Amino acid sequence: MSITSMPPVERAPSAALLFARRNPTLVAGGAILALMTLAAIAAPLFAGDPVTINPARRLRPPSAEHWLGTDQLGRDVFARVVWGARVSLQVGLLVAIVSVAFGTVIGLVAGYFRTADALITRFMDGIMAIPAILLAIAFVALAGASVWIVIIAIVMPEIPRVVRLVRSVVLSVREAPYVDAARAGGTRLHVIMTRHILPSTIAPLIVQATYICAAAIIVESALSFLGAGVPPETPTWGSMIAQSRSFLSRAPWTVFAPGFALALVVLSVNLLGDGLRDWLDPRSGRRG
Amino acid sequence: MASYILKRLGSTALVLFLVSILVFLLLRLAPGDPAAVIAGDNASPEQIARLRAMLGLDDALPIQFVRWFGQVLQGNLGVSVYSNEPVLSLIGQRAEATLSITFTTLLIAVPLAVTMGVVAANRAGTWVDRALMLFAVAGFSLPAFVVGYLLVYVFAIQLQVMPVQGYVPIAEDVGRWAWHLVLPAVTLGLIYTALIARITRATMIEVLSEDFIRTARAKGLPMKRILLRHALRNAGVPIVTVIGIGIALLIGGVVVTETVFNIPGIGRLVVDAIARRDYPVIQGVILVCSAIYVLLNLLTDLSYTLIDPRISY
Repeated sequence: MSITSMPPVERAPSAALLFARRNPTLVAGGAILALMTLAAIAAPLFAGDPVTINPARRLRPPSAEHWLGTDQLGRDVFARVVWGARVSLQVGLLVAIVSVAFGTVIGLVAGYFRTADALITRFMDGIMAIPAILLAIAFVALAGASVWIVIIAIVMPEIPRVVRLVRSVVLSVREAPYVDAARAGGTRLHVIMTRHILPSTIAPLIVQATYICAAAIIVESALSFLGAGVPPETPTWGSMIAQSRSFLSRAPWTVFAPGFALALVVLSVNLLGDGLRDWLDPRSGRRG
Repeated sequence: MASYILKRLGSTALVLFLVSILVFLLLRLAPGDPAAVIAGDNASPEQIARLRAMLGLDDALPIQFVRWFGQVLQGNLGVSVYSNEPVLSLIGQRAEATLSITFTTLLIAVPLAVTMGVVAANRAGTWVDRALMLFAVAGFSLPAFVVGYLLVYVFAIQLQVMPVQGYVPIAEDVGRWAWHLVLPAVTLGLIYTALIARITRATMIEVLSEDFIRTARAKGLPMKRILLRHALRNAGVPIVTVIGIGIALLIGGVVVTETVFNIPGIGRLVVDAIARRDYPVIQGVILVCSAIYVLLNLLTDLSYTLIDPRISY
């Protein structure tokens, strides 16, 4: 019997494949998001020109030359969709980072110091009571349109969510024996905070950060759609839809191409968040 | 109970006071001179200075705040710099359209979402559950204006069974009023439905694993009765809470939905005010919406005792 005729050995699935099988939403969401991020970063290399107006080629349907057609000013919709991803992803990522950073510090203080807690909690309740989109559009309208103003406007209403989360985690571990022990041993305050309390907040914060990122991408597009977003000459999905909406019946691709891209990005971020939640805390969500 | 209500009313008043400080400060401290903004790009420095004096912008911030807040307490939200009408009456004129969409949305979304959540929990882990939860994630991911234009394209432009946009006052024609509300309400309700369905499912799954449910099953009660009378009642508090909190999503969504469907409501009022830099209107709308939201959440809190007699204050 030659070696080649031996029955094939059942190969153990690789670790990565096993992980993907156990966490399909996490991997699917992460993969789509990674692809779109890559496309956004590489936009200058392949997407083409998103801004040049060409009246001779107005409202052309999708073709080999213009994959997603052209808009009412003859601009290539595919190029604009790819370039638009840059603003969305940039705003989503930065809003998540900035609001988690500020929210964590404020939440740690609120959870650890009772005197500060009452004041901070009331203040956060106040911010949460203001509808986020209204707050953001008013702020952008007055402060002027720029990416950073939009980011600040979206961060403000997101901070309280992070503060609440961090505060509740701090409250639950503050009296834990290991924290008591650290305190009794004379550990300095900032070490207790960063070494003993902060690590418990990391898993829920990662999950929360993805949800904030998804919400921020939606709010940014809504702001651009309402005309209170980043400067109008920058291609964004929200402003593309706003500018093309009167051509909905003649050239639906001008509205639905950015709309679909937007939905896909937000969906992938949400899937990533759900997957991370199940992966980091298997008890939640998957009980059924 | 009475003392609890008083305490809650007190903290609600405090939150509202904080909201008014925040609204005042945010708009005052935002970079850019409100007088210059109101006066427009072509105004001369003298005109801006006169406007600043007229609006009282030269006084110290605390003085400005006290003056403004005193007026707000008397129900005076100021006057629109564009139309010279009182802000409160502008909001009043637009309230019908906005309330119509919001109530239609609540009427469709809440029963639908709770049913979806109960069904998904009852069949947790099956394809029914997966399909419903996939719908919920999609509902979270589709921005209102994308859903809105998709619905308009399919039902109004292609199939021509629905009006494209616009609003008909209820006093004019009840049938056409309702007909014009269908697409906007579906648009607005999608994310809200998704939110409530998810929480209902999660809470129901938790309740269904409890001992009294096993007892009820062992007694041989029909599943429908167990789900509705035993489980849902006990899942009531988190569900009602999220219905209340979700109102914030509706208020935000209404601004976008009214723009998509060209409905003359409070959302459009504020979008138009932003384009015109109509500062008192923006401030007034934010304040009124926040107050409604805070009061609705107070009502939600107070309703807990009705839903669950074990809760008493």
